[in-house]
Amino acid sequence: METLLKVDGVSKKYGGKLALNSVSLRIGPGRIVGLLGSNGSGKSTLMRIAAGLTPPSAGSISVLGKPVGKETRSLISYMPDLPLTESWMRVKDAVAFYRDFYADFDLEKAREMLDFMSLKENDRVSSLSKGMGERLQLTLALSRQVNLYLLDEPIGGVDPVARGKILDAIVRFYSEDSSLIVSTHLVRDMERIFDEVMFIQDGVIVLHEEVESIRINRGKGIDDLFKEVFGE
Amino acid sequence: MSIEFDNNLPIYLQIMNHIKRQIVSGILQPGDKIPSVRELAADLQINPNTIQRTFQELEREEVVETRRGLGRYVTSEESKIMAIKKEMAGELLHQFIHGMQELGFKNQDIVSIVSEAVAEDRKQGVKEGAKGGNTAQS
Repeated sequence: METLLKVDGVSKKYGGKLALNSVSLRIGPGRIVGLLGSNGSGKSTLMRIAAGLTPPSAGSISVLGKPVGKETRSLISYMPDLPLTESWMRVKDAVAFYRDFYADFDLEKAREMLDFMSLKENDRVSSLSKGMGERLQLTLALSRQVNLYLLDEPIGGVDPVARGKILDAIVRFYSEDSSLIVSTHLVRDMERIFDEVMFIQDGVIVLHEEVESIRINRGKGIDDLFKEVFGE
Repeated sequence: MSIEFDNNLPIYLQIMNHIKRQIVSGILQPGDKIPSVRELAADLQINPNTIQRTFQELEREEVVETRRGLGRYVTSEESKIMAIKKEMAGELLHQFIHGMQELGFKNQDIVSIVSEAVAEDRKQGVKEGAKGGNTAQS
């Protein structure tokens, strides 16, 4: 299989602490991948390294054969776990900001998604609830036409009802030949949208498998397996 | 379409069974168009590749057929639909018989219990039918 994301022996040290410990993995195109782990397991660090926001301390990482950095900016869209928008902005300003910043931004798609998300162009970003804020971030991230989308905790701050809407939007609006890595600790809510999952624990990938194979071979769902591995 | 999923079982099998039940029960008629991968994935909030796999399996079993450029349709072959019905009935029966055997019933007991239950059910049905008829008249 063709490789979209290639990670080889990536480690990351913060001070004396090893946040990632020699992580290696491959992600093919057209996949929705869950990056699952508890808080502080290294999920966000791995996402930030893949997004090119912080360099690894050791190892290499590439997207479509290009080392992550300047060259891969047009290949990757990253939705951070904290909003990138400024408080003075209205929704339309945030959209304009993204459109100006990214040549690959699809305004048509953004409008369609805003509508689906019940976001109004004149809403103030600062007055949005946490859940609506996440909807806006997701809209901005998915409206870019790229090969790899990185969504860090896209449903962290929303109640269970609103989660459905975000899952719906992810499945409805992601483009099929691209891949999506979604980090979350809310496994039960998200497991049905994944092709494959990676479990990360103390900076190490301890499992990377197709979700339907897990259900077939082990007779259990991802949430149950997650609880077993993480001993919750 | 909404399905109560069991996350511990392969999702594609659950969707296959759901679609088969819809066909057998007539909610989906022979020759009906079925939703696209994207539509069904969004409706059910399920991974699109899982839906794709579901459809491929249904095609392999000749339950649905793809018409190029038009989409997927429920088979028009009545014999195929009868076969699904038999298959699903077979599964139910197997489970039932197995369960009864576990309760300690012998095969001939099971047969008489079933025929009594069916007779009882028919009586109930007749009563309800009669009631329904009265309401319709009044």
